[in-house]
Amino acid sequence: MIDDIDRRIIIETQGGLPLVPRPYAAVADAVGTTAEDVTARMTRMLDAGIIRRIGAVPNHYALGYRGNGMSVWDVPDERVSELGRRIGALDFVSHCYHRPRHLPDWPYNLFAMVHGKDRDAVRDEVAAIAALLGEANRGHRVLFSTRILKKTGLRLAG
Amino acid sequence: MSRAAAAAEPVVLDALDRALINGLQGGFPLSDRPYAEVGERFGLSEDDVIARIGGLLDRGVLSRFGPMYHAERLGGGLALAAMKVPEGEFEAVNEAVNALDAVAHNYARDHAFNMWFVLATETPEGIDAAARDIEAATGYPVYLMPKIEEYFVGLRFEA
Repeated sequence: MIDDIDRRIIIETQGGLPLVPRPYAAVADAVGTTAEDVTARMTRMLDAGIIRRIGAVPNHYALGYRGNGMSVWDVPDERVSELGRRIGALDFVSHCYHRPRHLPDWPYNLFAMVHGKDRDAVRDEVAAIAALLGEANRGHRVLFSTRILKKTGLRLAG
Repeated sequence: MSRAAAAAEPVVLDALDRALINGLQGGFPLSDRPYAEVGERFGLSEDDVIARIGGLLDRGVLSRFGPMYHAERLGGGLALAAMKVPEGEFEAVNEAVNALDAVAHNYARDHAFNMWFVLATETPEGIDAAARDIEAATGYPVYLMPKIEEYFVGLRFEA
Protein backbone atom coordinates (compact mmCIF):
# COMPACT_ATOMS: atom_id res chain seq x y z
CA MET A 1 0.00 0.00 0.00
CA ILE A 2 2.92 2.36 0.62
CA ASP A 3 6.27 2.33 -1.12
CA ASP A 4 9.68 3.41 0.06
CA ILE A 5 9.23 7.08 -0.81
CA ASP A 6 5.86 7.18 0.98
CA ARG A 7 7.56 5.63 3.95
CA ARG A 8 10.29 8.24 3.94
CA ILE A 9 7.67 10.99 3.74
CA ILE A 10 5.88 9.48 6.76
CA ILE A 11 9.07 9.31 8.78
CA GLU A 12 9.91 12.88 7.85
CA THR A 13 6.47 14.30 8.75
CA GLN A 14 5.17 12.14 11.59
CA GLY A 15 6.58 14.54 14.18
CA GLY A 16 5.11 17.53 12.36
CA LEU A 17 5.35 19.59 9.18
CA PRO A 18 8.31 21.96 8.81
CA LEU A 19 7.38 25.50 9.83
CA VAL A 20 8.85 27.08 6.70
CA PRO A 21 7.09 28.80 3.78
CA ARG A 22 7.39 25.73 1.50
CA PRO A 23 7.04 22.81 3.93
CA TYR A 24 6.45 20.16 1.27
CA ALA A 25 9.53 21.28 -0.66
CA ALA A 26 11.53 20.93 2.57
CA VAL A 27 10.13 17.41 3.04
CA ALA A 28 10.90 16.66 -0.62
CA ASP A 29 14.53 17.73 -0.17
CA ALA A 30 14.85 15.50 2.88
CA VAL A 31 13.46 12.41 1.16
CA GLY A 32 14.97 12.99 -2.28
CA THR A 33 12.01 13.84 -4.48
CA THR A 34 10.06 16.88 -5.67
CA ALA A 35 7.50 18.96 -3.78
CA GLU A 36 4.88 18.00 -6.38
CA ASP A 37 5.58 14.34 -5.74
CA VAL A 38 5.27 14.84 -1.97
CA THR A 39 1.91 16.62 -2.23
CA ALA A 40 0.63 14.06 -4.77
CA ARG A 41 1.61 11.19 -2.49
CA MET A 42 0.16 12.85 0.61
CA THR A 43 -3.06 13.55 -1.28
CA ARG A 44 -3.25 9.87 -2.18
CA MET A 45 -2.56 8.82 1.43
CA LEU A 46 -5.27 11.22 2.62
CA ASP A 47 -7.76 9.78 0.12
CA ALA A 48 -6.81 6.23 1.17
CA GLY A 49 -7.27 7.06 4.85
CA ILE A 50 -3.58 6.44 5.61
CA ILE A 51 -3.52 10.08 6.69
CA ARG A 52 -6.57 10.81 8.83
CA ARG A 53 -6.19 14.56 8.51
CA ILE A 54 -3.55 17.29 8.25
CA GLY A 55 -3.52 20.11 10.74
CA ALA A 56 -3.32 21.07 14.38
CA VAL A 57 -3.41 18.43 17.10
CA PRO A 58 -4.49 20.31 20.23
CA ASN A 59 -3.44 19.32 23.71
CA HIS A 60 -6.91 19.25 25.22
CA TYR A 61 -5.55 19.85 28.73
CA ALA A 62 -4.06 23.13 27.62
CA LEU A 63 -7.40 24.14 26.09
CA GLY A 64 -9.12 23.67 29.41
CA TYR A 65 -10.69 20.28 28.72
CA ARG A 66 -9.72 18.85 32.07
CA GLY A 67 -12.40 16.18 32.31
CA ASN A 68 -11.14 13.64 29.77
CA GLY A 69 -13.09 10.61 30.96
CA MET A 70 -12.79 7.17 29.45
CA SER A 71 -16.25 5.69 29.86
CA VAL A 72 -16.40 1.91 29.61
CA TRP A 73 -19.57 -0.11 29.22
CA ASP A 74 -20.63 -3.74 29.46
CA VAL A 75 -23.25 -4.20 26.74
CA PRO A 76 -24.53 -7.37 25.03
CA ASP A 77 -22.10 -8.39 22.26
CA GLU A 78 -24.91 -8.78 19.74
CA ARG A 79 -25.89 -5.12 20.18
CA VAL A 80 -22.45 -3.54 20.47
CA SER A 81 -22.23 -2.32 16.83
CA GLU A 82 -25.62 -0.66 16.87
CA LEU A 83 -25.03 0.94 20.28
CA GLY A 84 -21.47 1.95 19.42
CA ARG A 85 -22.67 3.85 16.36
CA ARG A 86 -25.27 5.71 18.41
CA ILE A 87 -22.80 6.67 21.13
CA GLY A 88 -20.16 7.61 18.57
CA ALA A 89 -22.62 10.07 17.06
CA LEU A 90 -22.83 12.10 20.31
CA ASP A 91 -20.96 15.38 19.95
CA PHE A 92 -19.03 15.05 23.22
CA VAL A 93 -17.62 11.63 22.30
CA SER A 94 -14.25 11.75 20.52
CA HIS A 95 -13.52 8.05 20.10
CA CYS A 96 -15.78 5.04 20.39
CA TYR A 97 -14.59 1.46 20.06
CA HIS A 98 -15.62 -2.14 20.64
CA ARG A 99 -12.77 -3.80 22.58
CA PRO A 100 -12.30 -7.27 24.13
CA ARG A 101 -13.29 -8.03 27.70
CA HIS A 102 -10.77 -9.57 30.11
CA LEU A 103 -13.03 -11.52 32.46
CA PRO A 104 -13.29 -11.52 35.38
CA ASP A 105 -11.19 -8.37 35.93
CA TRP A 106 -12.51 -6.35 33.05
CA PRO A 107 -16.11 -6.93 31.88
CA TYR A 108 -16.37 -3.83 29.64
CA ASN A 109 -16.58 -4.18 25.86
CA LEU A 110 -17.52 -0.69 24.66
CA PHE A 111 -15.28 2.34 25.18
CA ALA A 112 -16.29 5.97 24.64
CA MET A 113 -13.93 8.86 25.34
CA VAL A 114 -15.90 11.83 26.65
CA HIS A 115 -14.62 15.35 27.13
CA GLY A 116 -15.78 18.28 29.18
CA LYS A 117 -14.46 21.35 30.90
CA ASP A 118 -14.49 19.53 34.23
CA ARG A 119 -15.38 16.19 35.75
CA ASP A 120 -18.94 17.20 36.55
CA ALA A 121 -19.51 17.96 32.89
CA VAL A 122 -18.10 14.55 32.01
CA ARG A 123 -20.33 12.85 34.59
CA ASP A 124 -23.39 14.52 33.03
CA GLU A 125 -22.29 13.24 29.63
CA VAL A 126 -21.80 9.73 30.99
CA ALA A 127 -25.31 9.89 32.50
CA ALA A 128 -26.64 10.81 29.05
CA ILE A 129 -24.94 7.74 27.57
CA ALA A 130 -26.40 5.55 30.34
CA ALA A 131 -29.86 6.91 29.53
CA LEU A 132 -29.34 6.19 25.84
CA LEU A 133 -28.25 2.60 26.56
CA GLY A 134 -31.07 1.84 28.98
CA GLU A 135 -31.28 -1.85 29.81
CA ALA A 136 -28.40 -2.67 27.46
CA ASN A 137 -26.09 -1.11 30.08
CA ARG A 138 -25.12 -4.01 32.35
CA GLY A 139 -22.47 -1.97 34.12
CA HIS A 140 -20.19 0.96 33.45
CA ARG A 141 -17.36 3.03 34.86
CA VAL A 142 -15.71 6.28 33.98
CA LEU A 143 -11.94 6.39 34.34
CA PHE A 144 -10.52 9.88 34.62
CA SER A 145 -7.00 10.61 33.54
CA THR A 146 -4.96 11.95 36.41
CA ARG A 147 -1.75 12.55 34.46
CA ILE A 148 -0.41 12.41 30.91
CA LEU A 149 2.60 10.11 31.25
CA LYS A 150 3.67 10.16 27.61
CA LYS A 151 2.28 11.69 24.45
CA THR A 152 3.92 11.18 21.12
CA GLY A 153 2.48 10.40 17.74
CA LEU A 154 2.90 7.25 15.76
CA ARG A 155 6.57 6.62 15.16
CA LEU A 156 8.00 4.67 12.27
CA ALA A 157 11.66 3.94 12.83
CA GLY A 158 13.85 5.92 10.43
CA MET B 1 9.77 19.23 14.59
CA SER B 2 7.93 17.78 17.55
CA ARG B 3 8.12 19.87 20.65
CA ALA B 4 7.81 18.23 23.99
CA ALA B 5 6.23 21.04 26.00
CA ALA B 6 3.24 19.71 27.90
CA ALA B 7 1.08 22.42 29.40
CA ALA B 8 -0.40 21.27 32.68
CA GLU B 9 -2.52 24.39 33.16
CA PRO B 10 -4.92 26.07 30.74
CA VAL B 11 -3.10 28.78 28.89
CA VAL B 12 -4.23 32.22 27.81
CA LEU B 13 -5.11 32.38 24.13
CA ASP B 14 -6.05 35.42 22.10
CA ALA B 15 -8.80 35.47 19.49
CA LEU B 16 -6.41 34.69 16.62
CA ASP B 17 -4.90 31.72 18.47
CA ARG B 18 -8.39 30.36 19.01
CA ALA B 19 -9.39 30.91 15.41
CA LEU B 20 -6.27 29.08 14.22
CA ILE B 21 -6.76 26.15 16.61
CA ASN B 22 -10.43 25.79 15.70
CA GLY B 23 -9.89 26.36 12.00
CA LEU B 24 -6.82 24.19 11.45
CA GLN B 25 -7.78 20.84 12.95
CA GLY B 26 -8.02 19.40 9.47
CA GLY B 27 -7.83 20.40 5.86
CA PHE B 28 -4.40 22.04 5.93
CA PRO B 29 -3.63 22.70 2.24
CA LEU B 30 -1.36 20.42 0.21
CA SER B 31 -0.12 23.34 -1.85
CA ASP B 32 3.15 25.12 -2.57
CA ARG B 33 2.67 27.85 0.08
CA PRO B 34 0.12 26.40 2.51
CA TYR B 35 0.85 28.80 5.37
CA ALA B 36 0.32 31.77 3.02
CA GLU B 37 -2.94 30.20 1.85
CA VAL B 38 -4.10 29.76 5.45
CA GLY B 39 -3.01 33.32 6.21
CA GLU B 40 -5.35 34.69 3.56
CA ARG B 41 -8.23 32.94 5.29
CA PHE B 42 -7.35 34.47 8.67
CA GLY B 43 -6.08 37.86 7.53
CA LEU B 44 -2.50 37.02 8.55
CA SER B 45 0.78 37.03 6.70
CA GLU B 46 2.57 33.77 5.95
CA ASP B 47 5.22 34.65 8.56
CA ASP B 48 2.54 35.37 11.16
CA VAL B 49 0.86 32.01 10.60
CA ILE B 50 4.19 30.20 10.93
CA ALA B 51 5.09 32.16 14.07
CA ARG B 52 1.65 31.60 15.65
CA ILE B 53 1.72 27.86 15.05
CA GLY B 54 5.30 27.69 16.36
CA GLY B 55 4.23 29.61 19.45
CA LEU B 56 1.25 27.30 20.10
CA LEU B 57 3.59 24.28 19.82
CA ASP B 58 6.17 25.87 22.14
CA ARG B 59 3.49 26.63 24.74
CA GLY B 60 2.18 23.08 24.54
CA VAL B 61 -1.25 24.18 23.29
CA LEU B 62 -0.72 22.03 20.23
CA SER B 63 0.97 18.69 20.70
CA ARG B 64 1.73 18.49 16.99
CA PHE B 65 1.10 20.20 13.68
CA GLY B 66 1.01 18.11 10.54
CA PRO B 67 -0.40 14.88 9.17
CA MET B 68 -2.01 12.37 11.54
CA TYR B 69 -1.27 8.90 10.26
CA HIS B 70 -3.58 5.91 10.66
CA ALA B 71 -1.36 3.15 12.04
CA GLU B 72 -3.34 0.10 10.91
CA ARG B 73 -3.63 1.40 7.36
CA LEU B 74 0.15 1.49 7.24
CA GLY B 75 0.16 -2.23 7.94
CA GLY B 76 1.31 -1.77 11.50
CA GLY B 77 -0.14 -2.88 14.80
CA LEU B 78 -2.05 -0.70 17.23
CA ALA B 79 -3.56 -1.63 20.58
CA LEU B 80 -4.74 -0.05 23.77
CA ALA B 81 -3.18 -1.73 26.79
CA ALA B 82 -3.76 -1.47 30.51
CA MET B 83 -1.85 -2.45 33.64
CA LYS B 84 -2.60 -2.65 37.33
CA VAL B 85 0.45 -1.14 38.98
CA PRO B 86 0.93 -0.92 42.78
CA GLU B 87 1.16 2.72 43.88
CA GLY B 88 4.67 2.40 45.26
CA GLU B 89 6.04 1.07 41.98
CA PHE B 90 4.15 3.37 39.67
CA GLU B 91 7.05 5.65 38.77
CA ALA B 92 9.46 2.79 38.10
CA VAL B 93 6.94 0.94 35.93
CA ASN B 94 6.08 4.18 34.14
CA GLU B 95 9.72 4.70 33.30
CA ALA B 96 10.07 1.15 31.95
CA VAL B 97 6.89 1.44 29.86
CA ASN B 98 7.69 4.88 28.45
CA ALA B 99 11.18 3.73 27.49
CA LEU B 100 9.69 1.63 24.70
CA ASP B 101 9.37 3.38 21.33
CA ALA B 102 6.20 1.35 20.73
CA VAL B 103 4.44 3.27 23.52
CA ALA B 104 2.78 6.24 21.82
CA HIS B 105 0.56 7.63 24.59
CA ASN B 106 0.37 6.79 28.25
CA TYR B 107 -2.16 8.04 30.78
CA ALA B 108 -2.53 7.51 34.51
CA ARG B 109 -6.18 6.80 35.37
CA ASP B 110 -8.09 6.51 38.64
CA HIS B 111 -8.95 2.80 38.66
CA ALA B 112 -7.33 -0.49 39.72
CA PHE B 113 -6.23 -0.52 36.08
CA ASN B 114 -4.25 2.65 36.62
CA MET B 115 -1.91 2.80 33.63
CA TRP B 116 -3.31 2.97 30.09
CA PHE B 117 -1.16 3.25 27.03
CA VAL B 118 -1.27 2.81 23.28
CA LEU B 119 1.14 0.45 21.59
CA ALA B 120 1.96 1.24 17.96
CA THR B 121 4.25 -1.17 16.14
CA GLU B 122 5.43 -1.57 12.56
CA THR B 123 3.85 -5.01 12.21
CA PRO B 124 0.71 -6.49 13.80
CA GLU B 125 2.89 -9.16 15.44
CA GLY B 126 4.91 -6.43 17.15
CA ILE B 127 2.07 -5.78 19.61
CA ASP B 128 2.42 -9.10 21.42
CA ALA B 129 6.19 -8.76 21.45
CA ALA B 130 5.96 -5.27 22.96
CA ALA B 131 3.52 -6.49 25.62
CA ARG B 132 5.87 -9.35 26.51
CA ASP B 133 8.81 -6.92 26.71
CA ILE B 134 6.89 -4.75 29.15
CA GLU B 135 5.84 -7.74 31.24
CA ALA B 136 9.46 -8.92 31.38
CA ALA B 137 10.73 -5.45 32.29
CA THR B 138 8.10 -4.74 34.97
CA GLY B 139 6.91 -8.10 36.25
CA TYR B 140 3.26 -7.09 35.80
CA PRO B 141 0.76 -8.39 33.23
CA VAL B 142 -0.22 -6.25 30.27
CA TYR B 143 -3.91 -6.47 29.30
CA LEU B 144 -4.22 -5.90 25.58
CA MET B 145 -7.44 -4.30 24.36
CA PRO B 146 -7.06 -3.81 20.60
CA LYS B 147 -10.09 -2.32 18.95
CA ILE B 148 -12.49 -4.80 17.38
CA GLU B 149 -14.58 -2.15 15.68
CA GLU B 150 -14.32 1.65 15.44
CA TYR B 151 -17.49 3.76 15.52
CA PHE B 152 -16.16 7.28 15.54
CA VAL B 153 -12.85 9.08 15.83
CA GLY B 154 -12.54 12.80 15.53
CA LEU B 155 -13.73 15.25 18.11
CA ARG B 156 -12.91 18.80 17.14
CA PHE B 157 -11.75 20.48 20.31
CA GLU B 158 -13.00 23.99 20.60
CA ALA B 159 -10.53 26.50 21.96
